[in-house]
Amino acid sequence: MTPLLRALGVGKRFGGLAALSEVRFDIPEGSIYGLIGPNGAGKTTLFNLLTGIYTPDEGHFEFGGAPLPGKPHDVCARGIARTFQNIRLFGSMTALENVMVGRHVRTRAGLFGAIFHPAGERDEEAAIRARALELLDFVGIAHRADQVSRQLSYGDQRRLEIARALATEPRLLALDEPAAGMNATETATLGTLLQKIRATGVTVLLIEHDVKLVMGMCDRVAVLEYGRLIAEGPPEQVQRDPRVIEAYLGAETTA
Amino acid sequence: MKSRYLPLLLVVGIAALPFVTDIALGRSWVRLLDFALLYAMLALGLNIVVGYAGLLDLGYVAFYAVGAYSYAMLASPHIGIHLPLYVLLPTGALLAAAFGALLGAPTLGLRGDYLAIVTMGFGEIIRIFLRNLSITNGPAGIDLIDPIAIGGFSFSASHTLFGFTLPGIYNYYFLFVGLTTLILLMSKRLEGSRIGRAWAAIREDEIAAKAMGLNTKNLKLLAFAMGATFGGISGVLFAGFQGFVSPESFTMNESVMILCMVVLGGMGHLRGVLLGALLLAILPEAFRPLAQLQQSAFDQVYLDPANLRMLLFAVALIAVMILRPEGLWPSPVRKRELHDKEGDDRPLPPSGQPTGSDSVPGHTGVSAADAGGVA
Repeated sequence: MTPLLRALGVGKRFGGLAALSEVRFDIPEGSIYGLIGPNGAGKTTLFNLLTGIYTPDEGHFEFGGAPLPGKPHDVCARGIARTFQNIRLFGSMTALENVMVGRHVRTRAGLFGAIFHPAGERDEEAAIRARALELLDFVGIAHRADQVSRQLSYGDQRRLEIARALATEPRLLALDEPAAGMNATETATLGTLLQKIRATGVTVLLIEHDVKLVMGMCDRVAVLEYGRLIAEGPPEQVQRDPRVIEAYLGAETTA
Repeated sequence: MKSRYLPLLLVVGIAALPFVTDIALGRSWVRLLDFALLYAMLALGLNIVVGYAGLLDLGYVAFYAVGAYSYAMLASPHIGIHLPLYVLLPTGALLAAAFGALLGAPTLGLRGDYLAIVTMGFGEIIRIFLRNLSITNGPAGIDLIDPIAIGGFSFSASHTLFGFTLPGIYNYYFLFVGLTTLILLMSKRLEGSRIGRAWAAIREDEIAAKAMGLNTKNLKLLAFAMGATFGGISGVLFAGFQGFVSPESFTMNESVMILCMVVLGGMGHLRGVLLGALLLAILPEAFRPLAQLQQSAFDQVYLDPANLRMLLFAVALIAVMILRPEGLWPSPVRKRELHDKEGDDRPLPPSGQPTGSDSVPGHTGVSAADAGGVA
């Protein structure tokens, strides 16, 4: 099976610092793929490269067999949606409106439609609303639809971000530390949600600190350290990799 | 009951307003109403840029100037061309939109203060061009501009209706009311549309908006062009109404004044913006008698009435901004934004299991309605 996403020797420098170099991995379609690494390993940089916020200095990504375009909105249109490590919702809009914005890229109405309300525009608007409500229900916060998103609880905000990302109809959903700041129950709930998302055919890329969550759920895991990929493979194999153990627990003091 | 008669009352009130004003305050006040409506159109246009898309534009008056000069040059003896309104109104609107895109294209990578400075420069450039070009007749401006006319009906001429002779300012009043209503309706529809939501998203968080597939550059350009269009339309009407244009009508002060109308009324909230525009257009005049009071009270003029008027005006503006930073009549959303930080920002309790159950539909917590309460 051809992989959905391939990183082909991706690298990024900030001044003299090589934040990432020579990163290569393949994400199989339909999998949950984990990306872990200590703080500052380059995980978020990789995410920003993938979603077009940064441009790689070397290498490139291939998505669905073709190179990824450079602009964030084009990347999204191609089928990659993301969430943010520090939640970035449209704070004073309601939960429903947030998800409705996510439908933008898959809908068409322009100025003419907005001003003259032809039948086509009304139908589209109704469909946007219906789909947004469906997605809110899917992530379990339908009863919060009319709340201002800033006032939602932390866990609900995370789920709303996922619903908003799903509204863009992604083939790959990229989640940047979705479990950060969650308690054990919330993390478990999140795990269930991710399985549910995968079951709908969406491939999930997960950046996570929570090694337990990653190891328990991902089909494959990549480990970054100091901007380099030090291990890649199924979780049980990666867990035994001495370089990974070293990166996480420090070097063994062998003579 | 109340809501059924409200629209009717509103219509009757608006129709009666110039007559009442004329009788109570004098004819010059009707003229002032006309100007207030022109400002309302301008403020509604700027509201699209500032209120909806969140782009600070300090040179908005440039689009007003483009509209006004396009009409002035193509409907006056200046060049000797006299085109009709149905050609010139779209021309002015499109030309202004083109200038909006011209300003927007190179500058939309900028944010906040930087964008404000560039737009301010743009406004000045347009004014200086108008001042120094010979085809615009330089600082002297263009006069003897054709009045606005539709078919054979000239808006500047007096017309007799039911035995009453109505001067041109009445005609213009009703024309401007009609167009302001149209712009209001268009704004309202834009606000609730897919495009309006996208603008709001850009205003809230541009990076997230991009990641959600919004082509922010095009959308901002659209906001600029749309706002400019309304500015151009107001400009065309202004030129025909006034019969004379000169670069002095389009100074930065005007841009700032229009921005004040939007901010004071309540950014992004149509009724607020309308209120702000009418109030700020009329207030300086309303302070005129107060200035004359000085003479009778102190038997001497200590402060130039014009200065005193503007001083009072400034104090009123500052007072409003301190007491109601969200504007006089803000949208519920904007009100939340500004009062949230003071205690209403407490998050709701987390939801239960992600089953999509609606077992807690009317869950308490902070409801949208009472969230804006003054903290």
